[in-house]
Amino acid sequence: MSKDNPTLIESATFPRHVIAEIQRAAKTGIYDIRGFGAKRDIPTFDDLVFLGASTSRYPLEGYREKCTTEVVLGNRFAKNPIHLKTPVTIAGMSFGSLSAQAKESLGRGATLAGTSTTTGDGGMTPEERGHSKTLIYQYLPSRYGMNPDDLRRADAIEIVLGQGAKPGGEVCF
Amino acid sequence: MSTIDLNKSSIRELNEKLQNSSPGDKFTVNNTVGKHALSVGLTKNINVEINGHVGYYCAGMNQEALIKINGNAGPGLAENMMSGEVRVTGNASQYAAATAHGGLLVIEGDASSRCGISMKGVNIVVGGNIGHMSAFMAQSGCLVVCGDAGDALGDSVYEAKIYVRGKVKSLGTDCIEKEMRDEHKQELTELLKQSNMGYKVEDFRRYGSARKLYNFDIDQVDEY
Repeated sequence: MSKDNPTLIESATFPRHVIAEIQRAAKTGIYDIRGFGAKRDIPTFDDLVFLGASTSRYPLEGYREKCTTEVVLGNRFAKNPIHLKTPVTIAGMSFGSLSAQAKESLGRGATLAGTSTTTGDGGMTPEERGHSKTLIYQYLPSRYGMNPDDLRRADAIEIVLGQGAKPGGEVCF
Repeated sequence: MSTIDLNKSSIRELNEKLQNSSPGDKFTVNNTVGKHALSVGLTKNINVEINGHVGYYCAGMNQEALIKINGNAGPGLAENMMSGEVRVTGNASQYAAATAHGGLLVIEGDASSRCGISMKGVNIVVGGNIGHMSAFMAQSGCLVVCGDAGDALGDSVYEAKIYVRGKVKSLGTDCIEKEMRDEHKQELTELLKQSNMGYKVEDFRRYGSARKLYNFDIDQVDEY
């Protein structure tokens, strides 16, 4: 029982100072952990080194040699190769962890940018398929949202062998 | 009736032929000698009879087709099946009908471990025994076992129904024995009839979820 309010029962899960911090954070909106950001230093494009093994070298004479970011996947064997305007793609994120609206937004944005989006554990949503010109279907060990009809509706298939969040698991060669 | 000899045709040729067939077509497949991924990704109501043992992932992702295997099946039989019917006259290896959404899988012999793992609507009838961790995280559908069940049956089961005629070595976390009500007896009668298993409904017991893992509960923290 709480001395201040006898109707409240002391929590067995969280100590008082934790509950006080949760209440303070809820009241003020100021807290350490929140979405859309990280407090640590993160790499910028200046910190990255691209190994341009398959890209064009810096064009000395632009009118003779084009330098583009277009990428074609499957140009040797695929009947319908994937054409992307940039090698930067949107990685797999599940419907469920993202809302249908978020998946739709990613699809719209990727289509405008000329790149692809990827499904995830939650399977393919109609919103995602409808708004993503190039949609890659993740085939996962969990098979949570796995549907062969969706597999056929995809532009490409990404086979997931493991996940960084689950080190040591899943992958056996 | 069309006959495909796997001594003469490749697996890819077999699957292409089956996938491009018309509803109602009938096929016989011979000389399987344990080959893998036979008769997969079918989408039409065709009839396929496979004579011999098959390797892994036979009848995977099946839709509508009726597939009979006169022999034993390797791991992943009818994995992610959506509809149709798959029947094995012998035994099946690990994770039969894993993650399957619908249809009926009949295993006349025994099934190995993890039968019906993460099943999502399929009905499975096993004539013999099943191995450990069967119906793990099973979400919906029915698993009928006419023999005995191994360790940790129905661990973390959601809303799938498990009927066992013989002994259960142990139940998994959050799986309990439940009352056999009239609707369950009716459902089981229908499944035994569909699978041609001549057992009495009264000899079966039903198992399902205690639903204690659905929401976080500090008292159950060791069970997650």
